[in-house]
Amino acid sequence: MRKRIAVLLTSLALSCALGAGPGATAVMAEETKNASSGNAELVVGLSQDLDNSLDPYQITAAGTREVLFNVFEGLVKPDTDGNFVDAVASEHSVSDDGITYTFTLRDGVKFHNGETVSADDVLYSFETCAATTTNTAVAGALSDIQDVTSSGNEITITLKEKNSSFLSTVSSVSIVPADYADQATAPVGTGPFRFESYSPQDKVVFVRNDDYYAGAPALSKVTCRIFEDANALYTSLDAGALDMALHMSLDQVNSLSNGYDVIEGEMNLVQALYLNNGKAPFDDERVRQALCYAIDIDSILELTEDGHGAKLGSSVYPSFTKYFDESLVGAYPYDPAKAAELLDEAGASGLSFTIKVPSNYTPHVDTASVIVEMLSAAGINASIQKVEWSTWLNDVYQGRDFEATVIGFDAAYLSADALLQRWVSTDSSNMINYSNKDYDAAIEKAQHATDDEEQVAAYKEAEKILSDTAANVYIQDLADFVVLNPKFTGYEFYPLYASDFSKIRPV
Amino acid sequence: MKNRYLLTGGILSTLVTSVIVTGYFWTPYSTTAMNAREKMQPPSLSHWFGTDNFGRDVFSRVMQGAGCSFLIAVLVVLIGCFAGVVIGSLCGYFGGTADLILMRICDTITAFPAILLALVIISIAGSSVSNIVLALGILFIPSFARVVRTQYAGIRDLNYIKAARLEGVSVPRILYAHILPNTLPVLVPAMTIGFNNAVLAEASMSFLGIGIQPPMASLGSMLKDSQNYLTSAPWYALGAGFSIVLLILSFSLLSEGIQVSRNE
Amino acid sequence: MRQIIKKTASLIITLFIVSLLAFLAFQIIPGDPTTKILGTSASPEKVAALRTQLGLDRPVWERYIDWLVSFLKGDFGTSYNYMRPVRSLLADKLPVTVLLTVMSFAITAAAAIPLGIVLGSIRNALADHLTMILDQIIMAVPPFFFGIIACYLFGIVLKWFLPGGYVPLSASIPGCLSYLLLPALSLALPRIAMTVRMLRGSIRHELTQNYVLTAQSRGMPLRAILIRHVMRNAMIPVVTFLAVSAAEIMTGTIIIEQVFTIPGIGRLLVSSIGNRDFPVVQAIVVILAAWIMIVNFIADLLNHWMDPRMRSE
Repeated sequence: MRKRIAVLLTSLALSCALGAGPGATAVMAEETKNASSGNAELVVGLSQDLDNSLDPYQITAAGTREVLFNVFEGLVKPDTDGNFVDAVASEHSVSDDGITYTFTLRDGVKFHNGETVSADDVLYSFETCAATTTNTAVAGALSDIQDVTSSGNEITITLKEKNSSFLSTVSSVSIVPADYADQATAPVGTGPFRFESYSPQDKVVFVRNDDYYAGAPALSKVTCRIFEDANALYTSLDAGALDMALHMSLDQVNSLSNGYDVIEGEMNLVQALYLNNGKAPFDDERVRQALCYAIDIDSILELTEDGHGAKLGSSVYPSFTKYFDESLVGAYPYDPAKAAELLDEAGASGLSFTIKVPSNYTPHVDTASVIVEMLSAAGINASIQKVEWSTWLNDVYQGRDFEATVIGFDAAYLSADALLQRWVSTDSSNMINYSNKDYDAAIEKAQHATDDEEQVAAYKEAEKILSDTAANVYIQDLADFVVLNPKFTGYEFYPLYASDFSKIRPV
Repeated sequence: MKNRYLLTGGILSTLVTSVIVTGYFWTPYSTTAMNAREKMQPPSLSHWFGTDNFGRDVFSRVMQGAGCSFLIAVLVVLIGCFAGVVIGSLCGYFGGTADLILMRICDTITAFPAILLALVIISIAGSSVSNIVLALGILFIPSFARVVRTQYAGIRDLNYIKAARLEGVSVPRILYAHILPNTLPVLVPAMTIGFNNAVLAEASMSFLGIGIQPPMASLGSMLKDSQNYLTSAPWYALGAGFSIVLLILSFSLLSEGIQVSRNE
Repeated sequence: MRQIIKKTASLIITLFIVSLLAFLAFQIIPGDPTTKILGTSASPEKVAALRTQLGLDRPVWERYIDWLVSFLKGDFGTSYNYMRPVRSLLADKLPVTVLLTVMSFAITAAAAIPLGIVLGSIRNALADHLTMILDQIIMAVPPFFFGIIACYLFGIVLKWFLPGGYVPLSASIPGCLSYLLLPALSLALPRIAMTVRMLRGSIRHELTQNYVLTAQSRGMPLRAILIRHVMRNAMIPVVTFLAVSAAEIMTGTIIIEQVFTIPGIGRLLVSSIGNRDFPVVQAIVVILAAWIMIVNFIADLLNHWMDPRMRSE
């Protein structure tokens, strides 16, 4: 499903004719353009500031996880195809009953502070992660561990019961040095880049880990400049102050005049019109289905992204190939007549509701705008209320005080659980108050499945229930555009929110 | 005929006002209907200011957005002016402890970051045009109150007021029938400046993301939205931006003209 | 002297009220620091634990008094969101905003005063009309609109300037100053227009006064009258206005820092309000309020000093 097309845009050419002036350009040039081999520096624009803590177990924002992907590694880590490959471990094996996992520590892996990774560090990491992680799904999976033991450089993990997606949990336990107290402000891991400095609202700097076991990366230094304003970031990129920017929108990419390369992938988000299933009128399945019929997904894609982006049918995005069920995509074709009929039946014609959207996420605000317009044509009166991110978290996510919202959920780690667990009726992050016994049972079955096939089938069953009951109006996985200075190459997409700087190299 | 400001200002503001008033009832195209095939069209005879990223006619949206900005600014000035006159007149005329306290409150509002105050009001009451008006209106009271107070403090001891007092004219009558008309030469320019500042303040608020809710637009929120398309669709940002300039310019020229003709 | 003591007292009282109001504002707006910190991983238990850790579970008044006492001792507290002392955050960001304000103010004064004097003393109908119209147009351009256009024109089209490529003062002094030039200019332009207009009017007004006519009839050259008498009187309202400008430029940086991505306290204020990062907001609110009031205070003093009529009052 994933597209990897590099689109070269024609430069508008008016820029070069006028020549460069003195001053700021000269100074910045040193910082930006130093792409000679062995000493190449990359300047990246980030559209949001980092989390308050850089401790890998405390990270909550996807944007922070995405860049610290370069600093931290687990015993295994995901590759670009979504498989788990050895990282801090040099090999791993699973017993036939799927209960015991054995990892062999890679020889001479060094932390960024110069110390060699020991089995004790691994034990410490598992213990600390289980006790402190902010990720409920990871915490849940870790609580199913019977014990973790080590002998020499061999680590053995015994589970209470079989969990066929356990490697994904292992990959999200970053290996950190034991008893190091400053992870929050000066993170130390084993990844290809070493954290150098962070200045809030300004920049975060990573430098090459020369001791990296898989060979030092090509870039000597990566400076991420923090913008917090998509427009300012875009202007800066177009002017050439940045070498790379992530998560650009199609409109931005189309407007780019500096001749940078554009690489297309997907955001790995489940963008939907999430409906509060616990609140009238959306506690009525027919009303939710009516909305599904009344919203023309193709039209949304066309208007917001010129048809890029991938349609969804349930709470799993397409690059999760193993779990994605393509048959659900067209479950609710655009049919305003049917929508009206269903609304009539439910006694909810003349429906009127408010969509709360976080004002700082333009793609979601745009999608909401299109939905409102589309619904008004179908006689449904929806209105938008833009709220601050903090207010959204407080009112919608935690307070569940909303009728509908447009947002995107990403997977914190590579398992369908990361996307589906939240709609279990008792889950603390079930913001839509979804409550369906069959669904709960399906997820339960998947989590304790004895083999892979059974697990996948159970997850797909759960996805189908979400679709059948029209839990939400599933829209799209947004197209993701990475813009890269043509002096560099090698960017690759992962099936989760991660930006791997170690693959980027000067041309 | 010597007063060119009055003439230019008069013509411009009549033009702007009539476009705005028309916009309340009719726009060449729908301001909300989206059309994927019409996205980002450059200005043409059918779309004077081009179209935006949803294929909506920018001119129609500017008409409506200017109406929204205009309405907000006018209401803000009226609230600020009305409350400012009441507070300023009482403070200036009577003086004393109440004056001291009220002026301290005005100082506090002036010294308080406007964005925080606006955010508080909008998060309590929700984001709507009326709440934006309320938030900005409160912010605009102190400047009016201060101007009015100075005027009243100066006028209250003039002989004709003393005479009125001796004749037993009631206080409200003195305040608003005798003194108020004499403050107009100062109050009217203050209102024009206030109008300009209110347009700018609303635009700044929308620019920081607290303001008008889509699909409705104000000139400020359009400018914010259009920033992404400066290279590919400059007409969008320029249309919104220069409309702000024109809106402010027409009314300040008018006010300039009125002042000049008064002095002659 | 009594005036100064009285003014200082009222300044302190106002600052106190401002800080109290900012504090109360945080009780009213939805969300608290834990909301942003925990993001989508929040659960009731975690929120409760973090609230205890940050001391948010204590009564409102107790927290305010605590904050006030340590603030008076010079301890601004620790940012909830950046987990570092507010003092060190401000040490990085305040100089940037101050520098931007000073530059912008210097540009305003350096451009507006000579221009205003020249335009006030010459009599040329064409020049008059042109500057008047130019003045009106410049005053009508919102600083952030100018900023956006400047970023586009000088950044993308002409490539004279790298938007978003802020150079810290410590890295390169000319680099930093040249980066801040456009933002400073965006803030200064409308202020220049207003000051020129005012100074011109003020000089015109003085020139019609009797003392000028008297001096002229005694054969004193106009230039000498201008320098010796007119300027002094004409500058009185302008000085006050410039002081107010200094205050407005500082608050104007809040938006300009967003447009030009400058890591100053304006951006810090906006994001800290979003993060509900009370200690940071509180410190910035007090700094901004103090600046506005001190500047107004200085304007009053200058007025007293320059205007003999006010001195006797």
